[in-house]
Amino acid sequence: MDRSPDQPAIRVSGLVVGFGQQIVIDHLSLYVRKGEILGLVGASGGGKTVLMRTIIGLLPKRSGKIEVMGDDVESIHDRSLYNTATRWGILFQEGALFSSLTSLQNIEFPMREKLVLTESLMKEIATAKLEMVGLTPADGNKFPSELSGGMTKRVALARALALDPAIVFLDEPTSGLDPIAAGEFDELIKTLQATLGLTVFMVTHDLASLNTVCDRVAALADGKIVAIGTMSDLLRSQHPWVKAYFHGKRSLMLQREAS
Amino acid sequence: MYFAKRVNCSYPAIVLSSAPLLGEATNGAVLKLTPSGSWTVGNATALENLFNVVAPAIQKSKGLKIDMADVGELDTLGAWLLEKVKRSMRTRGYAVAVVGVADRYAGLIEDISLVNLNTPATRSEQNLLLARLETIGHSTFGAIEDVSVFVQMLGALGIAVFGVLRQPRSLRFTSLIYHLYQVGWLAIPIMALVTFLIGAIIAQQGIFHFRQFGAESYVVDLVGILVLREIGVLIVAIMVAGRSGSAYTAELGSMKMREEIDALSTMGLDPVDVLVLPRIIALVCALPVLTFIGSMSALYGGGLMAWFYGGMSPSIFIARLHEAVSLADFEVGIIKAPFIALVIGIIACSEGLRVKGSAESLGKQTTISVVKSIFLVIVLDGAFAVFFASIGM
Repeated sequence: MDRSPDQPAIRVSGLVVGFGQQIVIDHLSLYVRKGEILGLVGASGGGKTVLMRTIIGLLPKRSGKIEVMGDDVESIHDRSLYNTATRWGILFQEGALFSSLTSLQNIEFPMREKLVLTESLMKEIATAKLEMVGLTPADGNKFPSELSGGMTKRVALARALALDPAIVFLDEPTSGLDPIAAGEFDELIKTLQATLGLTVFMVTHDLASLNTVCDRVAALADGKIVAIGTMSDLLRSQHPWVKAYFHGKRSLMLQREAS
Repeated sequence: MYFAKRVNCSYPAIVLSSAPLLGEATNGAVLKLTPSGSWTVGNATALENLFNVVAPAIQKSKGLKIDMADVGELDTLGAWLLEKVKRSMRTRGYAVAVVGVADRYAGLIEDISLVNLNTPATRSEQNLLLARLETIGHSTFGAIEDVSVFVQMLGALGIAVFGVLRQPRSLRFTSLIYHLYQVGWLAIPIMALVTFLIGAIIAQQGIFHFRQFGAESYVVDLVGILVLREIGVLIVAIMVAGRSGSAYTAELGSMKMREEIDALSTMGLDPVDVLVLPRIIALVCALPVLTFIGSMSALYGGGLMAWFYGGMSPSIFIARLHEAVSLADFEVGIIKAPFIALVIGIIACSEGLRVKGSAESLGKQTTISVVKSIFLVIVLDGAFAVFFASIGM
């Protein structure tokens, strides 16, 4: 993990993604600095998740270039996706925990597959991760079907962090959580980012998260990044969609309370 | 380390900037450790080995000093390994001093010192015999529960049928027709083919062996009675249990998983009325028809085999069949069909509703559904055989 500051963690240029006749991402360019938390906002169905899935290689792109930690995703794709996979962790929207494994086994899974560790050390590390995301060791023996929504997200985050990746992708990490749990989750991401030096790419709709956690926010509209910068930059943006998003009734209400 | 080889071969790409090292120096009784290099998961194996090497020295020492000035990179794994050493010293009552921690890692080390403090008590190994007994006990209670689930579903179904009889319009007619189409109409080709082959095989075996006694013509009795009384209905029932019973379980199970069944209940609808009753009625209607088609198809297969392999012309086969079988044989087969369909339907639906949240449980319940319904089909068939024998049919 080369941590030279000048090289961005993720650099996307001229990316086009489409399904059939429909173009979802249209010549999009974006870069994410090392060690920052970038929030991505956009309309529902506007291609946020598509962008994320394309960056991590789950969806094919039509053209463009994606570099993660300085390596072209395309070139490292086939054989050594194996290796890239240890550089990033992904928190899927619904958690995507393996339902036949306990939470602890879910966290151990990437380590078991990628590393050579003794069973006891693996268990200790997995328990450590479980506690770092705010759960108790006893929760480790529960199966995903026995976990609440918030716990599922925490276990999924612990699994994403299992190999201490340089980048984590979070797909709507706070959706479906109550404001207190969402606030705690934001706090957790912030702490982990500080302690582990993570780069976080976060897709979210949660204005509070954007306000409190994100270093920069990118707005995706019409398949392009129409505005990017700190929260205050975005609030000043003149793009009609961004204005509607941040100056709508709900947003104003939140901002008034926040100030 | 059975997977060591596979991992190593693909590793060089991740092995990072600098290999980790762990220097040790003894100053009186105090051990000084100087970790350096990259203390990250990429070097997990090397790190564990380093610690195994210094473990005896740590055990002997009466004080520990860790100088972390040369650590290039540190992550959770590295931090935890150092934390483990610190803890083992502290539990033995000796002081630990850590110096030279880089600012960016202070938070991580702080965080790691707070985890794994109270590991939950691992369950002690159980006596093998006791474990065996426990399994037997659990399955006994499981069997009792199975019976009660079956009876409950039968009762719920009875209530639903009463409801429909009182108010015929409450029957889900569209759903019933759809399932009738799925389990009846669409099943005809495969049922006909399988029973055709079974009939032909029975005839061929019969001819082959009866030929030794010159009793080839009795093959018609064999095929006729066997197919009409037992084989027709059994083969069709087993096929239906595998084909439609499993589909019922999987459908209801995934609806249960996605909370669709809870949604139905909260709207004041009984899942038994809406989902189970149309499915079971469809099955009860379809199975006798499929049995009839299956039996005819098996007789046809037997007849063709008798003609081509045994040299018995179709007209003789039909004439002999006329003498050999009576209406009672046909009735015995067909009477059983709706009861067997009821058993398959109840098992399939109740197992579907027992699915819990996970994908694994869906698979398990579907397997149980098929195995259990085939087993019960055969048991029921045996019970009917005893019953019909005692009433002289």
